[in-house]
Amino acid sequence: MMVSISSYLMVALILFCVGLYGALTKRNAVIVLISIELMLNAVNINLVAFSKFGLHPGVTGQIFTLFTMTVAAAEVAVGLAILIALYRNKETVNVDEMDQMKR
Amino acid sequence: MDTLLHYAWLIPLFPLLAFIVIVSFGRQLKEGAALVGILLTGISFGIALLTFWERFQDGASNFKFNVSWLQVGDIVISMGFEVNQLNAMMLVIVTLVSLLVQIYSKGYMQGDERFPVFYQYLALFTFSMLGLVLSPNLLQVYIFWELVGVCSFLLVGYYFFKKEAKAAAKKAFIVTRIGDLGLFIAICLLFWWTGSFEYTQIFDSVALGKLEPWMITLAAILIFVGAVGKSGQFPLHTWLPDAMEGPTPVSALIHAATMVAAGVYLVAATYPLFIASDTALTVVAYVGGFTAIFAASIGLTQKDIKRVLAYSTVSQLGYMMLALGVAGAAGYVAGSFHLMTHAFFKALLFLGAGSVIHAVHTQNVFEMGGLWKKMPITALTFLIGCLAIAGIFPFAGFWSKEAILGAVYGAHRFDLLLIALLAAFFTAFYMFRLFFLTFAGEARGKHQPHESPAVMTGPLLILALLAIVAGFINTPYAPLLSDWLLASDTGNAISHIFGDEVAHAASWLQVVALLISVLGIVLAYLMYVKKKIPADTIPETLPWLYQLSYRKYYVDEIYHAVIVRPLGWIGFILNAFDKYVVDGLVGLTAKITNGIGALHSKAQNGQIQSYGTMVLFGLLVLIIAISLTVQGGGFFGSGQ
Repeated sequence: MMVSISSYLMVALILFCVGLYGALTKRNAVIVLISIELMLNAVNINLVAFSKFGLHPGVTGQIFTLFTMTVAAAEVAVGLAILIALYRNKETVNVDEMDQMKR
Repeated sequence: MDTLLHYAWLIPLFPLLAFIVIVSFGRQLKEGAALVGILLTGISFGIALLTFWERFQDGASNFKFNVSWLQVGDIVISMGFEVNQLNAMMLVIVTLVSLLVQIYSKGYMQGDERFPVFYQYLALFTFSMLGLVLSPNLLQVYIFWELVGVCSFLLVGYYFFKKEAKAAAKKAFIVTRIGDLGLFIAICLLFWWTGSFEYTQIFDSVALGKLEPWMITLAAILIFVGAVGKSGQFPLHTWLPDAMEGPTPVSALIHAATMVAAGVYLVAATYPLFIASDTALTVVAYVGGFTAIFAASIGLTQKDIKRVLAYSTVSQLGYMMLALGVAGAAGYVAGSFHLMTHAFFKALLFLGAGSVIHAVHTQNVFEMGGLWKKMPITALTFLIGCLAIAGIFPFAGFWSKEAILGAVYGAHRFDLLLIALLAAFFTAFYMFRLFFLTFAGEARGKHQPHESPAVMTGPLLILALLAIVAGFINTPYAPLLSDWLLASDTGNAISHIFGDEVAHAASWLQVVALLISVLGIVLAYLMYVKKKIPADTIPETLPWLYQLSYRKYYVDEIYHAVIVRPLGWIGFILNAFDKYVVDGLVGLTAKITNGIGALHSKAQNGQIQSYGTMVLFGLLVLIIAISLTVQGGGFFGSGQ
């Protein structure tokens, strides 16, 4: 049985929305980072899906996904490092309290 | 050849120097400021006298010096100075009167807190008046003209803590400004038509007929409007009596002898313009004549010693204008001659009045009396001044008044002659009413009067001497001044139009004028010394007539109702409009901007997540908007 492209896209959409919701509502900065990862992965699914079912099928999308994952890993490393630095300074990982730019 | 005339520019410079010195070191100088002022003005008087002497010599010629000041296109505007007959005479009058007034003020203003300031103003005034007199072009005249106005404002408002003085200073400034506007327009028009501010070029254009007759008339009348403002002619005379709020020496210097003479001087200096237009001359003559009789009739009833003198000034200035207005050489000479003699005896009268006020501490003549014994020098000099202004032989006023009457008679203007004679009668009457009330009879004042110090009586004696002898410079038998004045360019212009003849009063006219003056004096004597005629005959039989004169014909009230009040209302409305509409609009704009800003700054809460939400909503709105507007329905299209 052939899974159609819309199913992939739907999964990606759901995943993206969950990620977006998490990124915009969660207090904990770690959860926010995880939610961002979810959104990135939703995009990855789209890339893979289009690389197979798109107008010009090829491996470009899949390779791109690999790159994305690599960069995302680096980004998470940096993000977590920043978080730890913040936590050391402010003793909190609560996103609400991270508004020094305003204060 | 290098003559002294080349150095006439030094004359106004010394008072300017005095002004600068006193401004810079007034606090340190204190009463020494008087010495600085007197010394420097004395030097400039010396130069003026020598200049006058040099110019008076046979064969002396005018001297004119010009430097180019501004160049606009082809037009060169120049600055410089000029010495001719008329202003050589004026230089002496101004410096002399100013010098005497400054000496006198040293006594009069003694102990005043702002003593150096007073001398500053006097020096600045002297400078501006001398600058005005020396100016060879109308632009320069206008600059000094305004400077003179400013000094008048400062000096009238010298006692600025007095409400009346403040109001009088403002009035003097504003009312003369009305006249100044006329002069300003005249200068602009003349510049437009002739392309020059120079007297000589303007007169040449007139003589060569380059200007239409109506242009000459218009320009002359507008210049006369300026003179009306400065010289206190009807209907702009109201500021002059009010200006008596200033210190008395100021009244002598500015409002009697020199500044108000600026108007007459201006008419005399631009005389070639006036004689080219019969209409303008007629206007000058009738305004002058009317002012002479009008002010004299007000002077009859005033109770304030300085106000009587102020109205007599207005009246005498009217005389000068009348003389200038009746065309011809005689009028020109008589006007200038009377300008000179009047400067002496009016300064004398004002300084005498100042001496009296200094002694009795009141200005109301009904609270004086009996001062003849207490203040012999003041009384004697004042008497001489009164005799001079009343035109009694052989005092200065007799000769100059006779010259004016002769000029009017010679021009066959019998209506004006009648007015002039009547005004002469009034003048004699009110001057001696003033004299008898002040010096004769019983003392009615509360203070113990005493003679003023020598520093004050000295100038009085000098002026009294001048009031006696100044007339002899121009008698019908030896018309020195007349011949000399008419040897000028202006004189040539006059004789070009009217012929050479200088009419002198027929001898019967002299006798009649003298009799009329004596009659006025006798009447005053009977009323106020012998009390044969009760002084309140007129107030009781014709109260409205008395009130009309005492209230100065209600001119001030009329102006107040017709001009001041409506202007006040307009000002009120415009002020309200500015405050509520214009300011309101500005305020509204500011408030709206502020509100929007406050709204936006609330959105900037520093929460990254709310920013993210906003971005998301923004994106959604964008997507919806695009899909609704883009052709074909896009994402939300109906599927067709």
